[in-house]
Amino acid sequence: MALDFSIIPGIMPALLAGAKMTIELAVISVAIGFVIGSLVGIARVSQNRALKVIAGIYVDFIRGTPLLVQLFLVYFGLPTLIGRPVPPFIAAISAMGINSGAYVAEIVRAGIQSIDRGQTEAARSLGLTSSQTMQYIIFPQAFRRIIPPLGNEFIAMLKDSSLVSVIALEDLLRKGQVVITRTFRPFEVYTVVALIYLVMTFVISKLVSWSERKLKAVGQID
Amino acid sequence: MIKTVGLRKSFGHNEVLHGIDATINPHEVVVVVGPSGSGKSTFLRCLNLLEKPTAGEIYFDGQLITAPGVNVNEIRREMGMVFQSFNLFPHLTVLDNIALAPKIVRHVSKDEAEETARDLLRKVGIADKESAYPQELSGGQQQRVAIARALAMKPMAMLFDEPTSALDPEMIGEVLDVMKALAVEGMTMVVVSHEMGFAREVADRVLFMDAGLIVEEGPPAQVLGDPKNPRTKAFLGKVL
Ligand SMILES: Nc1ncnc2c1ncn2[C@@H]1O[C@H](COP(=O)(O)OP(=O)(O)OP(=O)(O)O)[C@@H](O)[C@H]1O
Ligand SMILES: [Mg+2]
Repeated sequence: MALDFSIIPGIMPALLAGAKMTIELAVISVAIGFVIGSLVGIARVSQNRALKVIAGIYVDFIRGTPLLVQLFLVYFGLPTLIGRPVPPFIAAISAMGINSGAYVAEIVRAGIQSIDRGQTEAARSLGLTSSQTMQYIIFPQAFRRIIPPLGNEFIAMLKDSSLVSVIALEDLLRKGQVVITRTFRPFEVYTVVALIYLVMTFVISKLVSWSERKLKAVGQID
Repeated sequence: MIKTVGLRKSFGHNEVLHGIDATINPHEVVVVVGPSGSGKSTFLRCLNLLEKPTAGEIYFDGQLITAPGVNVNEIRREMGMVFQSFNLFPHLTVLDNIALAPKIVRHVSKDEAEETARDLLRKVGIADKESAYPQELSGGQQQRVAIARALAMKPMAMLFDEPTSALDPEMIGEVLDVMKALAVEGMTMVVVSHEMGFAREVADRVLFMDAGLIVEEGPPAQVLGDPKNPRTKAFLGKVL
């Protein structure tokens, strides 16, 4: 059977709609992940033993189990507990957000620990409390350093979000599958799907290195 | 102003300060000298509780600050500290480096904090650098900003830990001049330094530390010019 790429124009609208869903999922998940990850990352370097341990368990549990299992836990498991179904979109962003939070927490922790101890000492010697030191001195500096790894996390989420196709969410991969049932052209369709993922991740990685250069240029990263 | 009684500090099983009794009187300039590893920095960092003493007492302005329940943040804002490696905040401009702590710790208004910051920059001789970032300044300029940053909190005493050791020789003078001016104004100062010229000229008293103890103290002419302790003699023989 010869390749037939003439079907492409006809399938593009459906695939682009799927790509839009994929981007939405990744953006919302990483946003949730950033909030969770910042708090958990700070908890992991705090003086408070209990906080440290809880944060550590969360990070280990999430990073040590597959995202697909976490997604199933939320989508299929949680409804039996709470007695009503969890909508696919909510299940997807919850599972992905909580998952992303663990990876972002490690990024935030590494970012915080990369800041010289002298910064904390200088701030504390001026009378700042430890939370003021975190808020005004350490976190702003760490934030500049975590932008590149955060971009990589976003790329990872964009790709991993394809897992949600199994809970019938109309993301890029799922749309591709739907289109195939219509066209019977899996090779062509999956090729186009792959290329759309590639374009998205390529653009983001370019944005990340641009922001990295930008931050270096203003001399606020070393 | 500051008094330590039997001050001890251990890191793990390694005791670094073996019982320091020292008094720093108001408006006094005390220079601490001694060989590397003798515990000078640790002593200084205990004074503002950046290191938690293992035993002994520290009184500051009449208050026992090593007592349990003391708010260390309230103590630290009254003691400025200047570090060997400057430790300016690289993400803030020179002006913000100086104005930040007064704003958030002392709740001074933005305008007032910035006005004080500008006054201090004039005083340390770099009024034209307020919107620069620290890494755009020379080492000597950075250290002068660090001094201004500490002074902005209007502290009752200033602690200096080898403030000129990281500087190129041609910049040492400009920093020492700022410190001399401070001393003349009557600031209470504890200075760890190897600058014997500064000690002779500015110090009211010199403490000589060796292996975690103060082994000799007195006016600079006596400790540096006519030391009694053999270890002081040996040390001075090396640095002079
Ligand atoms: N945070 C720490 N943990 C463990 N040991 C430490 C710590 N800080 C200092 N020490 C040890 O305490 C001893 C005294 O160190 P300190 O820095 O006070 O000496 P110093 O007189 O300031 O020396 P220098 O002239 O080199 O600055 C050293 O043996 C050092 O290794
Ligand atoms: Mg030292």
